[in-house]
Amino acid sequence: MTNLKLQLKQVSKLFGDFKALDNVDLNVVEGSIHAILGENGAGKTTLMNILYGLYQPDGGTIKLNGKETVVPSPRKAMDMGIGMIHQHFMLVDSLTVAENVVLGLPGQGMQLSLEDDAAKLSQLSETYGFDIDPHVEIWKLPIGMRQRVEILKVLYRDADIIILDEPTSVLAPNEIANFLDGLKRLREAGKTVIFITHKLEEVAEVGDRITVLRHGKVTAETNVADTTAKEMARMMVGRDVVLDMMEKPDTPFGDVIVSARDLRAHNNRGIEALKGVSFDIRAGEILGVAGVDGNGQAELAEVLTGIRNLDSGSLTVHGEDITEKLVYDRRHEIGISFVPEDRHETGLVLDFPVSHNAILRDFKVPPYSKNGILQKGAINKIAGDWVERYDVRLRSLDQHVRFLSGGNQQKLIFAREVECDPRVIIVMQPCKGLDVGAIEAVQRTVLEQRAKGKAILYISTELEHILNVCDRVAVMCAGEITGILSPEEATSERIGALMGGIKDEEVA
Amino acid sequence: MLEAIRYFYMLRPVWAVMAALLLGAGLIAVSGTNPLEAYRALFTGAFFDYYGIGGTLVKTSPILLAGLAVIIPLRAGLLNIGVEGQIYMGGLFSAMAALLLPDMPGLIHIPICVLAGALGGGLWGLIPGYLKAYHGMNEVIITILLNFIAINIVSYVVGGPMMQEGAPYPYSVEIGEHLWLPWIMPGTDAHVGVIVGVVLAIVIFFLLRYTTVGFALDTIGRNAQAGRYAGIRVRRTIVAAMFVAGAIGGLAGTFEVLGLKYRLYHLFSPGYGFDGIIVAFLAMLNPILAPLSAFFLSGLKAGALVMQRAVGLESTVVEAIQGLVIIFVAASLAFTYDRTFWNRFLERRRNLEAKLGDANSTEKQEG
Repeated sequence: MTNLKLQLKQVSKLFGDFKALDNVDLNVVEGSIHAILGENGAGKTTLMNILYGLYQPDGGTIKLNGKETVVPSPRKAMDMGIGMIHQHFMLVDSLTVAENVVLGLPGQGMQLSLEDDAAKLSQLSETYGFDIDPHVEIWKLPIGMRQRVEILKVLYRDADIIILDEPTSVLAPNEIANFLDGLKRLREAGKTVIFITHKLEEVAEVGDRITVLRHGKVTAETNVADTTAKEMARMMVGRDVVLDMMEKPDTPFGDVIVSARDLRAHNNRGIEALKGVSFDIRAGEILGVAGVDGNGQAELAEVLTGIRNLDSGSLTVHGEDITEKLVYDRRHEIGISFVPEDRHETGLVLDFPVSHNAILRDFKVPPYSKNGILQKGAINKIAGDWVERYDVRLRSLDQHVRFLSGGNQQKLIFAREVECDPRVIIVMQPCKGLDVGAIEAVQRTVLEQRAKGKAILYISTELEHILNVCDRVAVMCAGEITGILSPEEATSERIGALMGGIKDEEVA
Repeated sequence: MLEAIRYFYMLRPVWAVMAALLLGAGLIAVSGTNPLEAYRALFTGAFFDYYGIGGTLVKTSPILLAGLAVIIPLRAGLLNIGVEGQIYMGGLFSAMAALLLPDMPGLIHIPICVLAGALGGGLWGLIPGYLKAYHGMNEVIITILLNFIAINIVSYVVGGPMMQEGAPYPYSVEIGEHLWLPWIMPGTDAHVGVIVGVVLAIVIFFLLRYTTVGFALDTIGRNAQAGRYAGIRVRRTIVAAMFVAGAIGGLAGTFEVLGLKYRLYHLFSPGYGFDGIIVAFLAMLNPILAPLSAFFLSGLKAGALVMQRAVGLESTVVEAIQGLVIIFVAASLAFTYDRTFWNRFLERRRNLEAKLGDANSTEKQEG
């Protein structure tokens, strides 16, 4: 038996009545890459937070290097040689790499010796082939490099167990390969790497061993070499995943409904976020927008719905210019529906009851209100009807939306945005944070609307979802559409290249 | 059982007031007076005596209106600390309308003065509303600063251009008797201002609860970004809410001039605008409860004088008790009713009782 670096036995964690972890066993071999695989909400992050001392387990034991230990706090975890890299980076943008690494480092006197630290960092960076200049400010670095800085940060603190939480979710496809190479180099240097993911290919490529979590329980722990991607998927989801496209009725496309030409707009920080975006959507067509988060997708959706002002460009629906229309008119006159990315910040008022959220965008029109008076009877009747038809699980219509699960919140938003019988539907990251069942429900609803002849814009960072439902895929990078592909043309390499800003003509 | 607990929570400002009065009793005792006697004097003087009630209602008028001027913007998430300034501008504009316009019958002149006062206060609300909505400036700071400006404008005007000749200290000429607001309790100073306040409270209650206007305000207050997504013109609504609030604050000042003082004095409001903030929180931002909470607070203020006379208590003790009421009410609002928590608690109890029941029966069998 190889040397066990870290061993968890029967670890449990409760949140109220909810068992986030249920008697979890974990055996991590020294000098290996150990993948923790699981869907959203399977308990992966909770498990890692326990390892890092952010949570205390309600039961079970942790053995480090064969000795039973308690991890009381992240600080102590670092002392024990456990380093964690969070999904969202903990870096100060305006400071240099070296300054970020030294920040919070124990054992600093009154005076910093940044030059020494920088020299050591250069050396460390070279050892792992990270190619990082310690004097560069963080904001100048691309996302992939920032992640390396995070890794350097824990290496500089002499970590020999490195935990990475969904490390590839922020990376572009071409950055992922580099990142995985980096992991291999860490392994060669004798470090133990634990990385949390739900992406099967990555596990297959670099993982040595794998622990699969489902609903807080371990469903399997095995060597990656002894299993296949298909089997891993089954262990993760509990059944065979449907990786092939959803069934799409072969309805013909109609006329062009939405026509966007050379859209330009600024984001909240005053930077040009849309740099001349053009596309058409026909009736009964779903145009997907792929791309790494933050490449102008959010601004595009906001510009279309009127939430953000357009700097220049033309935008027509059914030939009618809508650039001057307000949010309210775009919804009620033009018929533009919008399922926003952020349910909590934009799509819902969490401290409003379900019934109020159901009419959030229509409270000024009959039958929900007449002459400015809200019609409680009509509101409750319609909201109740939606709740039933869209299978929104709740206790009562007066319940605050805050207490609904993410899937049920999303179903409510979909009911509201679909039942108003729009001509155009814009959905943004509709499956974010949802479980498999809810994702299917969402995609089914989208396809139903397609069959009804709506023009649909489907923005997502999940390539599989886009390929599942879309008729064409537009890829965005740095505020531009770098290419529009049909699903047949949309191989992951091509989309990956477009996401990274390499346009087709440059490839050819 | 859950219902009972819920009602207990709903009444939390009442419990807070009681706790504050209890602690206040300690303060009174320490200062060497019998607290029971002192409180009897206070409450009889404020609420159980014809002239006492009259005196309480005189204060209720501005305090209630000020409370409403705080509640409306607060529903949209804006803290209007500027009611005091709005009261002063309302007083100034209505006094100007009363003194500078040519003679006309009271039936026409009074409404003009009232409108002028509302407009004055409204403008003083519009400024912070605009700066907040279109320039993102903090409304709390702006409204506080505007208070000083308004108070000093009034001081300047009644000490200079509008000062009555030969007056011993700054006040304006008396307004015509045809402009005096009707009394509601003969022999006391209580005037119709308080009735206007109650009617407004009811109107605002319905407006906020049953109309699209209230829906829009509540949406902005809870999540402005969702409000924008919902198609609400958030900036405009904020400006409008602050204008209306300012106008109501202006009415408070107007009624002080037309209903009580019949002149514009410098420093004529002893901080009614700030009392409005207490009223708003005591009423848990519900306009229908505002008259009650304003009446109570006014009673404390009016009764304090009686208590001072009757038992010779320092007025500072009364002020301390008012402070206690504020702190306790504010603290009580932090306790929110958590249905799941109480549900679980009751469930545990039921389980325990069930188990105890079992234990009893087995014991009996054994015995």
